[in-house]
Amino acid sequence: MIHSLFLINSSGDIFLEKHWKSVVSRSVCDYFFEAQERATEAENVPPVIPTPHHYLLNVYRHKIFFVAVIQTEVPPLFVIEFLHRVVDTFQDYFGVCSEVVIKDNVVVVYEVLEEMLDNGFPLATESNILKELIKPPTILRTVVNTITGSTNVGDQLPTGQLSVVPWRRTGVKYTNNEAYFDVIEEIDAIIDKSGSTITAEIQGVIDACVKLTGMPDLTLSFMNPRLLDDVSFHPCVRFKRWESERILSFIPPDGNFRLLSYHVSAQNLVAIPVYVKHNISFRDSSSLGRFEITVGPKQTMGKTVEGVMVTSQMPKGVLNMSLTPSQGMHTFDPVTKLLSWDVGKINPQKLPNLKGTMSLQAGTSKPDENPTINLQFKIQQLAISGLKVNRLDMYGEKYKPFKGIKYMTKAGKFQVRT
Amino acid sequence: MSASPAYSEEKGGSSSLGEPEYGHDPASGGIFSSDYKRHDDLKEMLDSNKDSLKLEAMKRIVAMIARGKNASDLFPAVVKNVACKNIEVKKLVYVYLVRYAEEQQDLALLSISTFQRGLKDPNQLIRASALRVLSSIRVPIIVPIMMLAIKEAASDMSPYVRKTAAHAIPKLYSLDSDQKDQLIEVIEKLLADKTTLVAGSVVMAFEEVCPERIDLIHKNYRKLCNLLIDVEEWGQVVIINMLTRYARTQFLSPNQNESLLEENPEKAFYGSDEEDSKDDKLDAASLVKRKPYVMDPDHRLLLRNTKPLLQSRNAAVVMAVAQLYFHLAPKAEVGVIAKALVRLLRSHSEVQWVVLQNVATMSIKRRGMFEPYLKSFYIRSTDPTQIKILKLEVLTNLANETNISTILREFQTYIRSMDKDFVAATIQAIGRCATNIGKVRDTCLNGLVQLLSNRDELVVAESVVVIKKLLQMQPSQHSEIIKHMAKLTDNIQVPMARASILWLIGEYCEHVPKIAPDVLRKMSKSFTGEEDIVKLQVINLAAKLYLTNSKQSKLLTQYVLNLAKYDQNYDIRDRARFIRQLIVPTEKSGALNKYAKKLFLAQKPAPILESSFKDRDHFQLGSLSHLLNAKAVGYQELPDWPDEAPDPSVRNVEVPEWTKCTSREKRKEKVEKPFYSDSEGESGPTESADSDPESVSETESESGSSSSSSESGSDSGSRGEESGDQSEEEEEKKKKKKKKGKEGPRKACPESAGSDPSEEEEEQEQGKKGKKKKPQDEGKGASESSWEEGSVSESSSSKSDSGSEAEESQSEPESRRRTTPPSSKPAPKASRKETKEISLLDLDDFTPAPPQPASSPAIVSTSLVTDLEGLTLTNASLAPTMLSPVFSTVKTYELLHRMAGEGLSVEYYFNRQPFPPDPHMVAVQIQFSNNTESEVKNLRVSEPKLVSGMRIQEFQEIESLAPGDTASVIMGIDFCDSTQAANFQLCTHSRQFYVSIQPPVGELMAPVFMSENEFKKEQGKLTGMSEITEKLTLPDKCQSDHTIVQRVTAAANVSRVPCGADNEYRFAAKTVTSGSLILITLERKEGARAHLTVNSEKMVIGTMLVQDISQALAQ
Repeated sequence: MIHSLFLINSSGDIFLEKHWKSVVSRSVCDYFFEAQERATEAENVPPVIPTPHHYLLNVYRHKIFFVAVIQTEVPPLFVIEFLHRVVDTFQDYFGVCSEVVIKDNVVVVYEVLEEMLDNGFPLATESNILKELIKPPTILRTVVNTITGSTNVGDQLPTGQLSVVPWRRTGVKYTNNEAYFDVIEEIDAIIDKSGSTITAEIQGVIDACVKLTGMPDLTLSFMNPRLLDDVSFHPCVRFKRWESERILSFIPPDGNFRLLSYHVSAQNLVAIPVYVKHNISFRDSSSLGRFEITVGPKQTMGKTVEGVMVTSQMPKGVLNMSLTPSQGMHTFDPVTKLLSWDVGKINPQKLPNLKGTMSLQAGTSKPDENPTINLQFKIQQLAISGLKVNRLDMYGEKYKPFKGIKYMTKAGKFQVRT
Repeated sequence: MSASPAYSEEKGGSSSLGEPEYGHDPASGGIFSSDYKRHDDLKEMLDSNKDSLKLEAMKRIVAMIARGKNASDLFPAVVKNVACKNIEVKKLVYVYLVRYAEEQQDLALLSISTFQRGLKDPNQLIRASALRVLSSIRVPIIVPIMMLAIKEAASDMSPYVRKTAAHAIPKLYSLDSDQKDQLIEVIEKLLADKTTLVAGSVVMAFEEVCPERIDLIHKNYRKLCNLLIDVEEWGQVVIINMLTRYARTQFLSPNQNESLLEENPEKAFYGSDEEDSKDDKLDAASLVKRKPYVMDPDHRLLLRNTKPLLQSRNAAVVMAVAQLYFHLAPKAEVGVIAKALVRLLRSHSEVQWVVLQNVATMSIKRRGMFEPYLKSFYIRSTDPTQIKILKLEVLTNLANETNISTILREFQTYIRSMDKDFVAATIQAIGRCATNIGKVRDTCLNGLVQLLSNRDELVVAESVVVIKKLLQMQPSQHSEIIKHMAKLTDNIQVPMARASILWLIGEYCEHVPKIAPDVLRKMSKSFTGEEDIVKLQVINLAAKLYLTNSKQSKLLTQYVLNLAKYDQNYDIRDRARFIRQLIVPTEKSGALNKYAKKLFLAQKPAPILESSFKDRDHFQLGSLSHLLNAKAVGYQELPDWPDEAPDPSVRNVEVPEWTKCTSREKRKEKVEKPFYSDSEGESGPTESADSDPESVSETESESGSSSSSSESGSDSGSRGEESGDQSEEEEEKKKKKKKKGKEGPRKACPESAGSDPSEEEEEQEQGKKGKKKKPQDEGKGASESSWEEGSVSESSSSKSDSGSEAEESQSEPESRRRTTPPSSKPAPKASRKETKEISLLDLDDFTPAPPQPASSPAIVSTSLVTDLEGLTLTNASLAPTMLSPVFSTVKTYELLHRMAGEGLSVEYYFNRQPFPPDPHMVAVQIQFSNNTESEVKNLRVSEPKLVSGMRIQEFQEIESLAPGDTASVIMGIDFCDSTQAANFQLCTHSRQFYVSIQPPVGELMAPVFMSENEFKKEQGKLTGMSEITEKLTLPDKCQSDHTIVQRVTAAANVSRVPCGADNEYRFAAKTVTSGSLILITLERKEGARAHLTVNSEKMVIGTMLVQDISQALAQ
């Protein structure tokens, strides 16, 4: 399966290599560099690059290319999904996944990679298990290790590996037992010029942070489970209970995990919490263009829209923009032509507005494309789909846990076409 | 952390040993380090007896390896530490060993004894890791040792060690492929392992070592299917891919309808399942004449057990299941994967990229599947270009007459994108839409013409190319556009576009005879100022015009040629000289002159625009080969379906002895359970949820609920088992069931049919069966028994009706298998004969042809259906699909009378078949007969004038119809559940006729199967406004059951619902477009009076139906 892995930074240095079978010369990466050159942008590098003897599958995350070398037929998603899992694991271990951090922790990285694959086939990818095999570095542990000479490699087979619930380790103990659930919904929408919705869907996740002693068995029920059109679960969720009763029943992993992600389809009407009024016009004759954007709330169920951020990729012909915002900060990068406006909170009484002129390249005619406006925002304490958790019950343990549910709506890929 | 010092001495890491293997490595071999001494201090540290120093040294060495620096000269120093007590040092030494052992084979042997010792360690972790490292050392000398170790580990107590053994198999195989036979033995042994931990790894080994030994899977097939949900995700992917291949060799194609000779009640069964499946339910109706097809229960098992995995968080698993469904599932069921695939589009862009490629391939074959998700493929400006282009591909594939306007509107936005590559791709996509969908060709052309004035050269060039292609298809109709483009020459400055336009005008100069010379005139005026490519095309145009219209253009041509003669560019001078010789006749002009016209004005073939994803599906979807559209190394070809199913009994497992292992093990058993045992034994914790509150007879309700829980029960077994919150009672029940599950297989074996009567449970079960049998045999109405094969089929029919999912069908054949051994075919026939006898005794008016079309869950009617098909249907394409309705009288309507049609007469009738391209359409069979003296050509539909919402799927144009000939075609009309007529024109090569088809209300529906309970339940929901009752008197000749049923089913396309009372008839159907239920009840009262009740939320349809039926009955 996976033969080797190369980590390449954005300047084209191979800063880590790992081989699970015999060594593949790193010159194989030349094919990758070729493809990278052809693609001009990092995101356009084809994820699968065939070379005469190998296939290079890569993912690009955190400005690092993770290039896996394979020799024989293997489902490409298998490799890609695994590479993403590697990145997630690094992130989980070190907090961030960057070149510097990987270089600083190269031994741990190597050990983790060693455990994740055996002969190119995934062995342990569950972060809970890995953390028992190789403990993540913390400052305290580093200090203790240097003094006592103990190691951060576990010598026990992680219990999870063999148990019925491989995602949870045994013997978890907390003094404060708490379980927090975050219902986070993202609205993906395309709004057309006139303000009508072309497509809108809600992608939701329930992220959990569970710190409970022992082997708790939780059930989470919803007021309106039928809303959830398409769900994918963490392996801990008992699928059949969901099928039959629409109840989430599970023994949670310890710590942070994503309990489920769901989808509320485009068929349902999605409330769009903000609107954007825009007036962007280039005039044929003059080298000036007018630009005005107003953002306002709409269907917010009485909640404030905050963290509003407007970005827009302006056409190449725009040289500079002189704009005045009614609130917040704005920047325009004349090189990348990216306009961003950090709006902040929307005050319904006084709608935020950005207004001014664009100076266009003299001599060229007006750009025939209009920029699309990308919007980010956050609404606390609201799940826009109307999803509501009914109750959370715990079985199997005696104590009373502290429970908390938080709702949040965010903009996902929210675009306004102009 | 501690590793950081390693970076300060990167340079020191290089090697000086100059190993041949390493010499070619530019990254590590290139640097000869100046300070060797560094390594000396590393050696010193390794030799010290302080663990911390050793650890520090090892960390630095590993960091070197990670950087790709050569550290092989440290081998002797490192290998000594293999027996180090410190576990981290040990691990790092392992890392080093595995990396360099290949290069230092002799020294590596020093470490072997340590591993051999480790293999005997009481700690399973140490055993496993010893085996892991031992097998990773690629030193051929130790092959025998490895072989021994693997064999030993394969029978280790710990599943973790066994898993490691499975991992070691491909390693050894790649080292020495001569060991294959021995390794296969180990694989065979491990395949029989029942822990989920091992399953994925051993299948992986199987795929790498002996993917051709499909016979090893037989015995483990069911186990693998059942374990699947609990295997770790990576293993799932491998297993699913392997099982896809396996199923392709072992089962029959569910879509091609190869027959098992034996007729079977399941046919009706699948019919109902398909009805219930949400998406493109009728898609399955292939037009091939089909004999009843029975899905192998094992095939069903696979489909059922993989389905929940569509919910996996792992994209690779979802993709694996999706490809399994795409390759193995009946067409009607494939739809379920669309939603999951669309969900993956939210994932990382690399995942999107792969998924979209697969969706693109699927969407060509099964367009309907993704149509509801059209909007999910809309493109955002932030998508990477490669994703945009793939989405565009999918959108283009999904385009059809109904959605094309939305798609084109979307395309319009894309054209103004800043990403020019994407714009170019959009223009091509528009071109493809225009070629595929004739309706919008003109709109697209106009749009593209507008794009010609775009400033971006790429856009213009691309549009001109696409316009050129489109015009080439039917130039005669588009002289307007050519004229328009001629005008554009005044404005368009992009040379490429000008050149293309000139080419077009030259090519089609006969369509624009007036304009072409004028364009030439203008161009010759500006000739000197033009770009080279334009000049060349001007000469080209001049030459063509000279050949077609020399009178007007002779002088112009000469002028242009003269100008060109003195052009600066030698290409142009050459061209001018060449053309002058070719076209201007002189005394010396050669033989070519005669052919000048042929040379210049040859018919150029129209380019074909088609998806690059066409025909990619001969590769297994989701595979690397599919993605690259080329066979990758080690790709296992997806075999074609066999014509004859291989013996299914090879998968029978003798007496399964479930080893007691973990609690997990028990779960397996439960999963296994529904497979072996009959569904009646099941009552999962969810029973109450689905069971019917108002059960008519005990048996009915029991079978109904058990069927619904058979699925949930089995699945709750998979996950629900570990739930501690279930009441003890349930636990007990389950245990009981488990026991039964164990018995099941034995029962399933035909040889041991009468096994172990002493077992309590079995007795109980049989008792239940007996109970079930009785009421049916006795209390059934006359006509009913005709479709009763026996109790089993009845219970199954009611089960199927409970309509939960396609799943139940699996348990049904199982029960059949139990009563009749699978291999022996005469048995069911015998039982059928028996029932026939019974019915003949009981009934006076039993007729061999049960008139109700669709209420044929049982054998008799299916057989008759097939018999009747042979009689009534002329066209092979008419073969019944899953419902195979039979109706005694086919009512034919006239579409075009012989007189009105000038000798062409057209009739139509509703053949009551599902219309495969679109399940929402009613299929109309149209018969043409040509009574004229001459051939009628190009029969086709045109200009449908439809009420909004109504759609027509035209039949394929009939090229010609010889005098006296008849032809019949099927067209689909979506009447939108209304009886309004569909008006359209019927065109021949010479005439057009306005015709209209008005459907009788009874044809707007398709039969549904349901059980009595279900019928009542549904009826309960449809009371009040949606209930229409009428009293009527049945005429004398319409008193027998047979006639009544016949008349009702003739009047409307409904299926009969089994009914306990003999003075009541029930029928069910649902409307074709909206799928709303229509329930018909006819209750006979004393005398000739009767009550007719129709329940339907479509009141108009209900009312009309009441009228129609009472009319039909009154005749």
